[in-house]
Amino acid sequence: MAITEKTPLELGPGDTARYAERPLGVFTRPQEGRGWRDWLSTVDHKRIGILYGASAMFFFLVGGVEALLIRLQLAAPEGSVLGADVYNQVYTMHGVTMVFLFIMPLAAAFANYFIPLQIGARDVAFPRLNALSYWIWLSGAIFLNTSWIVGGGGADCGWFCYSTNSGVAFSPSHGVDFYAIGLQILGIASLVSSVNLIVTCLNMRAPGMTLMRMPVLTWMLLITQFLLLFALPVITVALFLLMFDRLFDAQFFNPDAGADPLLWQHLFWIFGHPEVYIIILPAFGVVSEIIPTFSRKPLFGYEFMVFSGIAIGFMGWGVWAHHMFVSGIGPISVAAFSLSTMFIAVPTGVKVLNWLATMWGGKLRFTVAMKFAVATVAMFTIGGLSGVTHSVAPADTQQTDTYYIVAHFHYVIFGGGVLGLFAGLYFWWPKVWGHFLNERLGNWNFWIMLVGFNLTFGPMHILGLQGMSRRIDTYARGYGFEFWNMAATVGSLLIAVSVLIFMWNVVKSKRDAPHLPPPGPDPWDARSLEWSIPSPVPTHNFDTVPQVHGRDEWWHTKYAENDEGQVVRVATTEEAAQTGEATGVHLPSPSFWPLAVAVGLPLIGYGLIFNLWLALVGALLTIASLYSWAMEPVDDPDAAHDHHEEHHEDDDADPDEESDPR
Amino acid sequence: MSAEPLVADHAHEVSDHGHDPHATTTGLSHIKLAMWVFLGSECLLFGGLISTYLLYKTRGNGRTLPTDVFDIPFTSVSSFVLLMSSLTMVLALSAVSRGEAEAGRTWLLATALLGGVFVGGQVYEFTAFVREGVAFTTNPASSAFFTLTGFHGVHVSLGIVMLMSLFVASVKGKLTQRNAETVEIVGLYWHFVDIVWIFIFTVIYLIPAD
Repeated sequence: MAITEKTPLELGPGDTARYAERPLGVFTRPQEGRGWRDWLSTVDHKRIGILYGASAMFFFLVGGVEALLIRLQLAAPEGSVLGADVYNQVYTMHGVTMVFLFIMPLAAAFANYFIPLQIGARDVAFPRLNALSYWIWLSGAIFLNTSWIVGGGGADCGWFCYSTNSGVAFSPSHGVDFYAIGLQILGIASLVSSVNLIVTCLNMRAPGMTLMRMPVLTWMLLITQFLLLFALPVITVALFLLMFDRLFDAQFFNPDAGADPLLWQHLFWIFGHPEVYIIILPAFGVVSEIIPTFSRKPLFGYEFMVFSGIAIGFMGWGVWAHHMFVSGIGPISVAAFSLSTMFIAVPTGVKVLNWLATMWGGKLRFTVAMKFAVATVAMFTIGGLSGVTHSVAPADTQQTDTYYIVAHFHYVIFGGGVLGLFAGLYFWWPKVWGHFLNERLGNWNFWIMLVGFNLTFGPMHILGLQGMSRRIDTYARGYGFEFWNMAATVGSLLIAVSVLIFMWNVVKSKRDAPHLPPPGPDPWDARSLEWSIPSPVPTHNFDTVPQVHGRDEWWHTKYAENDEGQVVRVATTEEAAQTGEATGVHLPSPSFWPLAVAVGLPLIGYGLIFNLWLALVGALLTIASLYSWAMEPVDDPDAAHDHHEEHHEDDDADPDEESDPR
Repeated sequence: MSAEPLVADHAHEVSDHGHDPHATTTGLSHIKLAMWVFLGSECLLFGGLISTYLLYKTRGNGRTLPTDVFDIPFTSVSSFVLLMSSLTMVLALSAVSRGEAEAGRTWLLATALLGGVFVGGQVYEFTAFVREGVAFTTNPASSAFFTLTGFHGVHVSLGIVMLMSLFVASVKGKLTQRNAETVEIVGLYWHFVDIVWIFIFTVIYLIPAD
């Protein structure tokens, strides 16, 4: 049954009219090939990746509008675009949206789409759980944003939502309730996804694909999933306590009753600092694929790249209190966390140097993807260096809660994370859609974004060192803040223009695609397995599961050394690539139940806030859906295939492992 | 188990009924690996809650602390009951994997019953504590205590739901020797929840407040 989701599964080629009534089902078993409903019931990791990506870009716009509102408010002294209250909500929701609803799901899009392709698998380990992650994520994202409408405004406590500001006394609207419950829902989504992708990486590699042959993108995404796996429960605990405090009068964050406000800070940052690496490591992985491809060299120091990624993953757990140097944690803690913070710069530095060494002496091609990748390295390095200045506790004491911090983390998250993922979009766009993004528009996109980004966040270093505080809704004349704030606002508008150019590029490229030559399987002469199959990728991924002989398997299929030690082409892409024409490949059947489970969770959320009866309805819906899911065979018996009997009896296992989605 | 059946020759794969569809890289089945990974995550969940309680256990705000009302003999008995359920869980797995459906059902039911006794004991304990003046909202210590133990109780209850589902599946003849692994996976969860209780009982109940 359900839980076992064995792969590969089978579905007859060209079968039609395959509708099965499910005994417990409200729905008939969905089938492929029925238009938009396909997208609601899909369990194909590629489609789920696309859903993640598209939704993330939508929330990028939402978070971007919030950012523009902030910058318009601060463009000039005594700004009056937003009131103080609304300003608090807007910057909080800007942070929450960009972190949880944009970067994380965009990274999840890459993870879903490319992990199976890079390890030579036909899908993830649990295709329906994969769909479940996406739908839960989407329901959580929508839930969080409905607080603007039904919750009396967004959360207004900053994305880290420190106690005691998060208490009912200081934040009486329902915004923080939506924050606490919404992030728990998003956490469930990420947890399910991390379990799924870890099992996929460990258990579904093609023959010969040892761990130390996995592409670096897959490696970094795997480390990210482990960080998610262990970081999410910690913030879940914190959010749980906050929810109980606000809704059921618990005493966790009530200092009058002897509670310790630092409890929240510790729990939050034990999650929050690994979260930084959750954001940045996928971008590191993307860059590690793009730079070798456009340098025509293997990645310099593959082992060092992998192990420094792992080192970052471990050390990321030992630096959280550097967010709390001014909270009175005592000199020994401050000294210890200063040291560990300085140390964690080492593996990150290793990565930067290895990227440079990869480019050194390479035959560089500056496509848009490569430009974004190089910019990622450069901008991240600036952010990393300002980060090291924070590890010096006395300096950090001066900088805490100033714009210097805002500048730092935007250089890391935007300069590292966002630019890196944009590099990935330009790089893999032809693989996903079967046509290139327009390079000329891409160049405009790149340069305007780079200039706009530096113009926005560069000046914030200066503002911060001059003493401008974060999170103030306005500032008086005469402190010397006017010029650089105006510059930052102009920069933010430039970023907005560059994003619009990107959107236009997406539309225009699709429109122009029929008149241009198709990219073929391997337009960039790249190195990893996803380039050995057609673009766009056929539903079954690989006609034949590849046998892997070494790192950069696909490259070595195309090139070899001759007797003089020169690299010569031994096969054209057309000869070496798979045709994608295989039929009768086993595929898991689609299902509506993941969506149904995901609909129940926000109902529970609304119910906890407004009326417990509604929570009961949501819980019943979720439980009923989980059981129906469990009763539904992994593959559809009526989707005609002769191998089915065997699976069926086998699948009659226990329905319940998943009835605890936590 | 080798990765052999995943290998290339597609025509072969389609025509060959004998290949092993369960082959995985590590040799562990997906679902078992997933359960282990998930339990790793659960460790940090309980870790966070236990830390919270340890931080708050003496913060009574001038009112009664949970440690003042603990009934160690009573909780020792219910802890013993829970630990014994791990034994019956093992016996259930052993019976199912030997194909003894009847015995498997008996031990599954026994495990669920022992778990039920534990949860019942917890309900009794909670009501007794409330009568003695330690309610959820009394002070930070009591909030932390009820959240931690309540959370554990919910985990046990979910385990009981799983066990009963296995029981029903077995009655319907759907739980056979061939899918004994499902029992093993529910068992992994069940043992984990038991082990967490050993920690909670030791750290929260047995170590005195000061």
